[in-house]
Amino acid sequence: MSATTSSASSIPGPAKDLRVSRALGKRRHRINFVVKTLCVLATMLGMVLLGSILLTLIWRGAAGLSLTVFTNVTKPPGSGGGLLNAIVGTLIQTVIGTAIGTPIGLLVGTYLAEYGHSSPLANAVRFVSDVLLSAPSILIGLFVYQFAVEPFGGFSGAAGCIALAIIVIPIVVRTTEDMLRLITPSLREAAIGLGAPKWKVIVLICYRAAMDGIVTGVLLAIARIAGETAPLLFTSLGNLNWSVSLGQPMASLPVAIYQYAGSAFDDWVQLAWVGALLITFGVLAINIAARLLLRRGK
Amino acid sequence: MQQAAALNASSGSRSKFRPGDPIFAALSRASGIFVLLLLGSLILSLFVGGIPAFRHFGLGFLFSTTWDPVKEIFGAGVSIYGTVMTAVLSMILAVPLAFGIAFYLTELAPAWLKRPVGIAVELLAAVPSIIYGMWGFFVIVPLMSQYVEPTLIDLFDGVPVLEDLFAGPPFGTGIFTAALILTVMVVPFIAATMRDVFETVPPVFKESAYGLGCTTWEVMRSIVAPYTRTSVIGGIMLGFGRALGETMAVTFVIGNSAHISASLFSSGNTIASIVALEFPESPAGSLKLSSLLALGFILFVISFIVLAISRTLLRPKLKV
Repeated sequence: MSATTSSASSIPGPAKDLRVSRALGKRRHRINFVVKTLCVLATMLGMVLLGSILLTLIWRGAAGLSLTVFTNVTKPPGSGGGLLNAIVGTLIQTVIGTAIGTPIGLLVGTYLAEYGHSSPLANAVRFVSDVLLSAPSILIGLFVYQFAVEPFGGFSGAAGCIALAIIVIPIVVRTTEDMLRLITPSLREAAIGLGAPKWKVIVLICYRAAMDGIVTGVLLAIARIAGETAPLLFTSLGNLNWSVSLGQPMASLPVAIYQYAGSAFDDWVQLAWVGALLITFGVLAINIAARLLLRRGK
Repeated sequence: MQQAAALNASSGSRSKFRPGDPIFAALSRASGIFVLLLLGSLILSLFVGGIPAFRHFGLGFLFSTTWDPVKEIFGAGVSIYGTVMTAVLSMILAVPLAFGIAFYLTELAPAWLKRPVGIAVELLAAVPSIIYGMWGFFVIVPLMSQYVEPTLIDLFDGVPVLEDLFAGPPFGTGIFTAALILTVMVVPFIAATMRDVFETVPPVFKESAYGLGCTTWEVMRSIVAPYTRTSVIGGIMLGFGRALGETMAVTFVIGNSAHISASLFSSGNTIASIVALEFPESPAGSLKLSSLLALGFILFVISFIVLAISRTLLRPKLKV
């Protein structure tokens, strides 16, 4: 026993000279302390920024929060307008965009995880989907303008929905593929062993097993497109009047915020803050819901 | 005999006639091809739309710094400069910050803080970009014009090079402020990726280093950092790609002018911001619209390259 403890002194290195090792140790620990402190400060800065954004929104937005915001449509400055058309427009475009994008994304994710695996085509699709995921959203707006606005002679809510759907696809693809790959082979084998065809195994067994993850992906996609502004500028354009027609320009919260925040009228700027408050807390709530769901699944 | 034949026939027909499988396979394959075509047509439509501008201005379009809607002379120089400048500046600021946060989240944070701080970082990434724009315009810009910019101008007065970088009237808007807002936007992205990458380091490696008496920072520097180097660079490139294409936040704070100036406090524009601002005043079929589409094509090419590099570096670590 005593032999093992005393043998520590036979370890080669600076530990032999106590003074050197103490000095070295001090230096090392000082550097360690400095770096640690800087990291804590960086994290605190991040938290302060998030806090600053949320508090600014609450402070500026809550002042203008009233029932008329939800009951009135946008009106000329000074006449007590609301955001009803923008809220409804955002809801319509988000729902339709998600409804178009989700099935496509789901199928692509299924293809990648169940059929393509690592074939050249699947690798290409995976790569393209990843690029689409991070591609500047304003370019998607320009693209949709080229084929869904210009040829049809005008901005429309439908074009906005298409632009948002294109953003939804890669998000759903990513989560679907990841989730389908997590399913244990034994589950599949059991279903195949019972004689189920592959598509039934996928639709009835795998989708169900991966449901929480897939829904998380869809929720994250909704949160993303609900706050998107750039792709809507050239597609659904925004509309100061009440309109739920997909053939007409359609209002949306982010675009209304963009138009109002830059205006010279105090009540419009105030409305922009209210809109910002609504959209941010809506988006963050969906995000938190998605995370809770994923945690429940784990 | 007959019975057996009937059974055979029925089972044979059953195994033959199962349209579900091929249909579903074809459908999912078709959706995959659809995504390929989608990106292909996106590139093609931007390129085709930009052809008149490319043809009219030639290769000089890329370098010309003139943007004159009245005389119909358009060049991409100012916007490309603004795009790259703001994105690079924001990376210089964002990378150390993101690294600090990721290091804190993986090694330093007490267990009970890890989750809430991690979620807060992810929420910061989820805030819509237009909100960053408003926050920047109403909160950061006044701070910049009243305190930060005058201080920096005084501080570097007389210092060569820096004197020119931090010069001019402190309006609060400009390249520098845009880079700051971009920093706040990309830090959570990079930090989240770095954290995920850091967590792929096998615990045994770290434990053995700790066992040898390494400090936390030494474990980070000599074990985690070398192990994750390529993926960390991939994560940084991902953030860079985001910064290049960011539209709304930049449009609010960059000041929007078509000039290049040595000073970081001067206003400028980026490809995304000029497209967002000038598009409403560009009638269909005009040379201006074509120039904007050409700018879009250039932006796509730049971010495509950055994203492709990022993905090549990241994929092996984060994906099985």
